[in-house]
Amino acid sequence: MSAPIIEVVGVSKSFGGIVANRDVSLSVAQGRITGLIGPNGSGKTTLFNSIVGYHPIDSGSIRFEGQEISRLNVQKIARLGVLRTFQQTRIFSKMNCIDNMLISVPHRDSELGDMFRPYQGALRDKAEHLLEFVGLYAKRRLVAGTLSFGQQKLLEFAMALMNEPKVLLLDEPTAGINPTLINGLIDRLKRAHSEFGITLFVIEHNMRVIMNLAEHIYCLSRGELLAEGPPEQIQNDQRVVDAYLGVH
Amino acid sequence: MTRRGLVLQLAILAAGVAAPFVFPGHTVQLAVLWMMILFAMTWDTVGGQMGYNSLGNIVFFGFGMYVCAVTQIGMVYDVAKYTAATGAIKVDLTNREYFDGLALGVVFAALAATAVAAILSRILFGLRGPYFAIGTLGAAIAAAELTASWSYVGAGSGIAMPVFPGGPGERERFFYFTFLAATVLCFLFLRWLYGTRFGLAINAIRDDEDKAEALGLHTVRYKTIAWCTSAFFLGIAGALFGNMNGFIEPLEVAYPTLTFGIFMVAMTLLGGKGTLWGPILGAVLFYAIQQVTWTYLLGWQYIALGALIIVNVVYFQQGIMGWLKDRKPKWFGVRVEAAAGDDGRGGS
Repeated sequence: MSAPIIEVVGVSKSFGGIVANRDVSLSVAQGRITGLIGPNGSGKTTLFNSIVGYHPIDSGSIRFEGQEISRLNVQKIARLGVLRTFQQTRIFSKMNCIDNMLISVPHRDSELGDMFRPYQGALRDKAEHLLEFVGLYAKRRLVAGTLSFGQQKLLEFAMALMNEPKVLLLDEPTAGINPTLINGLIDRLKRAHSEFGITLFVIEHNMRVIMNLAEHIYCLSRGELLAEGPPEQIQNDQRVVDAYLGVH
Repeated sequence: MTRRGLVLQLAILAAGVAAPFVFPGHTVQLAVLWMMILFAMTWDTVGGQMGYNSLGNIVFFGFGMYVCAVTQIGMVYDVAKYTAATGAIKVDLTNREYFDGLALGVVFAALAATAVAAILSRILFGLRGPYFAIGTLGAAIAAAELTASWSYVGAGSGIAMPVFPGGPGERERFFYFTFLAATVLCFLFLRWLYGTRFGLAINAIRDDEDKAEALGLHTVRYKTIAWCTSAFFLGIAGALFGNMNGFIEPLEVAYPTLTFGIFMVAMTLLGGKGTLWGPILGAVLFYAIQQVTWTYLLGWQYIALGALIIVNVVYFQQGIMGWLKDRKPKWFGVRVEAAAGDDGRGGS
């Protein structure tokens, strides 16, 4: 297993009396695809939100490339190169696809003066290339809000690639997509991983998808880490099966 | 820019230059028309392009007006004594003194209004949606009340502005052309601004601010600069309007929340928010309707105007340009384009 790029150590987060994450520790290996599964309400999205700085954590530590990020805000973490997509797809609905892509350029080194510059041709080429990659090239001048849900997911994915993140956190990338599109999406996720060298950390409910995709899987149940291991091991873990069937 | 667009803009400019000579009796109304266009354009920067509905932009207008007045008077006289006399003191200014004071006053007004916007940004941009609207409305009302109780600037009795040196008609023409220049400058600046990364960024904030943050955009920076841009031009407009009016006071002239403050919003909504030309179109149309109702429906003018706003908001939310975009998307570059090697179906 290669060096961890994200290390989560003993993270707890509760909302009032509800404990969403209790003492969760896991690590995402550099350059790999890591999966996160668990029944509904097991705290997967809460953990994602904690990593990207959407809310403060109660205790524990989150490190990205060795740097503590648990006290940084969303924008700063995004600029470090940790990007997330949303379970309910979020795109800029009144802007066209090209503009959606252009605004997603990395803001890592952007200085005050940069905001008053136009987008150079190279960036437009890159935007069009990535739209072609997800199969939205022909629709690039359409207003993003008029695309179908599946197409919006693809657009959001392309926007994430445009941002050149080091780690991409995908929250249920295949949820709500028609089954025939899922294969195309998995294929693209794998290609993004191999061609652009992006580390992926994926929440997924579709077992077929996650077992195909991930090299290492963590399973959460009721806010606690239940099991971890390679897909085959997780598939045969009785505790995981019980958690999904609601035996607890 | 297309050739047709350039011709259209030059024609508008030519008409603007000729207007005070063709209709010399209406120079002030025409100057106010340019100011209305400036109002709508600057409101749209934050309200339309960025989606933050401000009901308090009038603060920058009034603040600019007062800063300019104090600068102009302060250059030649003691401000407190001048305002305490409520117009009884008449200061004789040479041409040089008047125009120097005015020029400096306009510059100070623009800078001071921008500074106020930067401060208000820190306080109010923590609010979103209706809370932001109410917060800014509160700022506008507070500004008017504070000014009305501050005797250094004449409190509720206001300030009689230094008298314009020049013959009849010259004053109106002078301020007409300064308003024309300010509005054209504002238009050119905003058109350029919307074409940069900044333009896309504020659109992104309008569509989904959380997503924009998640992508790492410096949202606070963009929001502050957007409001400061509005404030800069509104400060200039306030400085000019105070001088054209000749007399300023807090409630009706400097911080008229219920007239200018609401007109800014109504004009933009009528023309179509979030577009470059919508606010301009809306301002011209709204101002024309306002002038007609003030002339022929006196006593009922606010009811007529209120009815217009209600119809606009209930049945015609997208405004004129928004309606055109819906009907003729191809005019705005919205189209499916298949390229070589692409099956044109999109998706997979």
